[in-house]
Formats: sequence, structure tokens, C-alpha cells
Amino acid sequence: MSMLAVDAALASARAVTRAHRAVRVRRYLAATGTVALSVALVVWTLLPLYNMVLISLEPEGDVFTDHIWPRVVSVESFWGVLTQSHWYLEHFWRQFANSIYMGAMVTILTLVIGSLTSFSIGRMRIRHGWLVSNVALLTYVIPASFLAIPFYRIMQNYGMANNLWSVIAALVAFATPYAFFVLQEYGRSIPIEVDESARIDGASPLQVYLRIYLPLMAPALVAVGTYAMLLAWNEYLYQFLLLSSKSSMTVPVALAQFLSSDQSPWNYMMATAIIYALPPVAIYYAFRRRMTAGLTMGGVKG
Amino acid sequence: MDSTSVVDVGRPAVRRGTLSQFLRGSLKGAEYTWAVAFVVPYIAVFVTFVAYPIVYGVWMGSEASLYRELFADPIYQTTVVNTVLYLALGVNVKMFLALLLSGFFMRPGWWTKLLLLIFVLPWAVPQVSTFVSIHWMLNGEWGFLNNALYKLFHIEGAHWLNDRWTALGAVIVSHIWKWTPFWTLILLAGRMAIPLEIRDTARVDGATGVRGFVYITFPLLANLYLICTLLSTVFLLGDFNTVYFVSGGGPANLTHVLGTLGIRNAFDIAQPRLGVAAVMSALPLVIPLVIVLMRKLRTAEVQL
Repeated sequence: MSMLAVDAALASARAVTRAHRAVRVRRYLAATGTVALSVALVVWTLLPLYNMVLISLEPEGDVFTDHIWPRVVSVESFWGVLTQSHWYLEHFWRQFANSIYMGAMVTILTLVIGSLTSFSIGRMRIRHGWLVSNVALLTYVIPASFLAIPFYRIMQNYGMANNLWSVIAALVAFATPYAFFVLQEYGRSIPIEVDESARIDGASPLQVYLRIYLPLMAPALVAVGTYAMLLAWNEYLYQFLLLSSKSSMTVPVALAQFLSSDQSPWNYMMATAIIYALPPVAIYYAFRRRMTAGLTMGGVKG
Repeated sequence: MDSTSVVDVGRPAVRRGTLSQFLRGSLKGAEYTWAVAFVVPYIAVFVTFVAYPIVYGVWMGSEASLYRELFADPIYQTTVVNTVLYLALGVNVKMFLALLLSGFFMRPGWWTKLLLLIFVLPWAVPQVSTFVSIHWMLNGEWGFLNNALYKLFHIEGAHWLNDRWTALGAVIVSHIWKWTPFWTLILLAGRMAIPLEIRDTARVDGATGVRGFVYITFPLLANLYLICTLLSTVFLLGDFNTVYFVSGGGPANLTHVLGTLGIRNAFDIAQPRLGVAAVMSALPLVIPLVIVLMRKLRTAEVQL
């Protein structure tokens, strides 16, 4: 009997330690799992970017090798891009300026048109404003690439091909709806009484828009502006179709031209790709918080 | 007597509306002019650069014979299969990963925050840059992937972009790589918006881990998840860059999707109408999607 009791006691004690061990093992496994997942995520995320950096650091003519770590770190290709010394890159700065000009124009126009529309519909409550909202919603959900062919034709007919403004027009048309939604959503948090009291004090609608609406909307405007800029910077199809001369094209179009050649200078291409990627990455990290807030408002809520 | 006047005062807007009242609503004179002036720029942009191209496109693609020619084209048939696969796998795998990862990024701690900062990089880097890099990375002879596979594991990698299925797979994986961060951020915001009390109560009631996800988190996220899936489907249907840069539609035009085939027909073989027809053939899918999405986005205040 007593032997059995001891056995039972021992068994329960063993069960307790086993349970403890199980908890410890589980915690250990969870920690290992987290670390493994983190490492996998980092490798997965950085792989194409690492490839970009690796190749851009190759000296000329050394691209066709099989090493996977940079052996000789050479900034020759970056220098080549910045001084336009490779024949492919003779218009690099012009093209970069085109990209910046296009991005800036798309951002400014999207902000102006989007905020005016949102002010008229959300704050002044113009009749049938819902019609405009629906039109914007429709534009938001139509794939832009599906309209590229007729858009190209129309621009050809107007003699607007090879003109940066044709691209700017298309991008503004596709960026404004989203801007409008984010602004509408954000505007709801500002009491309409603010506008009304200004009006009673004799301010005209334009003054209310400029002096009250725009300053109060600043955070949303930053989110929308960043979005528009990134949209322009990411776009390729319209720029490719509409811009064909070396001096009017933008960086992505020039970069893609490398691809069609038999002997692509990959180190120069990757250096160009990295330089082109720097502004949006910087802007994204600068306005990250505002961006994310804006995305969840307009990107999903409408 | 009193009561009638009260009624009159109570509903001035319902009184016989003249046409101008109908148009102007409650705004008067100069204010109405301002309000109209403020919407005119957007309406002008929409009519000129969206509505007009739509009408022009419909006109270009309105001949029935175009579609007979299109449907008989073997490249078109492969393209339809590719598009369906691209949509089914690209959207769902990506959204499911985003759902799981958004849960992972809910964990507290600096490590998670840092990881999230790295994780969103693919989305912040421009598409052309990254897809060009992936294209070269997958090169069978000199690409980084095969070099790494051989050096680290002594595996001979395939010529990824020379075979239809691996090339299509590469396109789908590239899409997932590029866009999972974006949707993870959205779903993460959705999870953050679930009130803490709900999560705490659920935890007290024993709904933790998988059970907490199935019974608490997912039901609250379901509507958001559905809208994200639909939006992502529409965006993916219009995708051009991924296919164009990663596989280029090759080998031998076997990995086109509708977006790239339209451009190829219009510009590479100079048949713009056939290009428009390829895009228009997606309308049976686009129209219902757009209707459902518009209704969802307009009426449903998504529970974020």
C-alpha cells in the first residue's frame, strides 16, 4: 500500500516536472519559432534588394560572375550614373528631373483638385455631391492599365504624345479619387461649426477654404500628397507609352530600355534603380505614420 | 393657426421646389457659384481623362468580329488561364499571408517594430527597380538565385524564366513579395482597432491562440478582409508591371495576363483594336466586381 502511495506521489511529482518542462519546451519552441520566422522574413524581404546592391557594386564587366558576396566593392557604376558617363545614361539628369517634375506636378494637382472637391462636397454640402463621390469611386476601382490604349490614342490625336503633361493628366485623374476619400474621411473629424462661425464673421468660401480648411486638414494633406507622389514614382505604363524621346522620358522608361538590349550593363542598371528608389523610400519613412493612417482611412473605408 | 405656421417653419425645404432650388439645395447665390467652381476642376479631369477614354475604348472594341479573332488566338487562351491563376493564387495567398503576418506584428517589443520597418521596404521601393532586379536575379546562368543555391546548397537551379510554369510562378511570387507588406499594414490597422476590452474579455473566457482568432479576431476582421480581397483582385487584374518586367510575357508569349496582352496586341503587333478587345473581355469579371465593391465601399462603414 505504502509503496503504491509513494509511487503515486512520485508519479504526480514527475507529472508536475514534466508539465513544467512542457511549458518550458513550448516557450523555447515559441521563441525559436519567432526567431526563425523573423530571419525568414528578413531574408525574403531583402533578397531582391540585396541583389540590386550586390550587382550595382560590381566593377564594369564583372557582372557575369557567380559570387554571392561583394568581392571588390566598387562605386564605379554609381559614379557612372551620376556623371552620365555610360552611353546609356547620357540623359540621366534630364530624365531624373523629368521624374521629379512629374511627381511634383501630380502631387500638387492632386492636392489642389482633391481638396477643392472635398471642400465643396463635404463642407459646403453642394447638392448631388454624392454623384461626384460615385464617379470618384468608379474611377478608383477601374484598372488604369485598361484605359491605356484609348488614352494613348486620344493623346496622339491631340498632339500631346511625348509630352510630360499627358502623363501628369492621366496620373492626376487616377490619384484624385483616393485623395478625395481620405480627405472626406478626415474632414468628418472637424466640426462644421468651425466653418459656419467663420462665414458668420463674413469670410467668403474661398477664405474659409484657404485659411481654415487647408490648415486644419494638413495631416491628411500630407498623407494624400505622399500617396500621389509614390503613385507617380511607381507608375510605368503611361510613361512608357506616352514618352518616347530620350529627353522627354523619365527614369523608369530609360531603365526599362536597358532590358531590351542584348548586352545590358547590369551594374549601371542596378545603380540607376537604387538611385531612383532613394527619394520614395526617404519620403515613405519620413511620413510613414501619416501614410498608414491615410491608407486605412481611404484605401479601405472609402 | 399657430400650428400651421409651426409646420411651415419646420419644413421649409419641402416646399414646392423650383428647378433652381433643386439644383442649388440650401446654398444661395454666390456661395453656390463658389461650390460649383470648386468641383468643376475634378469633373473636368474626370470627363476628359477618364470618361472620354472609357467611351473611346468601348467604341474601339465594339466590333463582334474582333472577339471572334481574339478568342481563336491561342495566345489569348493561354492568357486567360494565366490571368485566372494569377488572380486566384496571387490574391489569396497574399491576403492569407497578410492576415497571419498582421497577427505576428501585433506582438509588443522593439524587435517587432524594427522588423516591420524592414518588412515594408518592398512596398516603398519603386516597382520598376525591384522587378528589374528580380528579373536578373532569376536569370538561369548568371542570376543571384541560382548562384546562391549552388554555392550554399549545391543545388542546380532551373532556368526559371524559360519555362511557362516557373515563369508564371515567379511572377506570382514577385507580386506576393511586393504587395504583402501593404495589405499587412491595412490588416494590422484593422486588428489594432479591435477594442482592447473585447480581446481581454475573450482571453478571460478562454479564447486565446487559435480559438481567439477563429471566434473573436476573424469575425471582426471578416468584412475588412473581404473588401481588401476584392480591391486587391481589381488592382491585380489591371497589373502590368509585374508581368512585364519579371517574365516579359515570355517565354514565347506564354505568361501574359490580360493587361500585358492588351498592350502587346496594341503596340507590338500594331492592332490597337485587338488590344482593346483583350482588355474588354475582362468586363464580365470587372463589372460585377466593381458593382459589389462600390456598394461595399459606399454603404458599409467598415469596422476598422
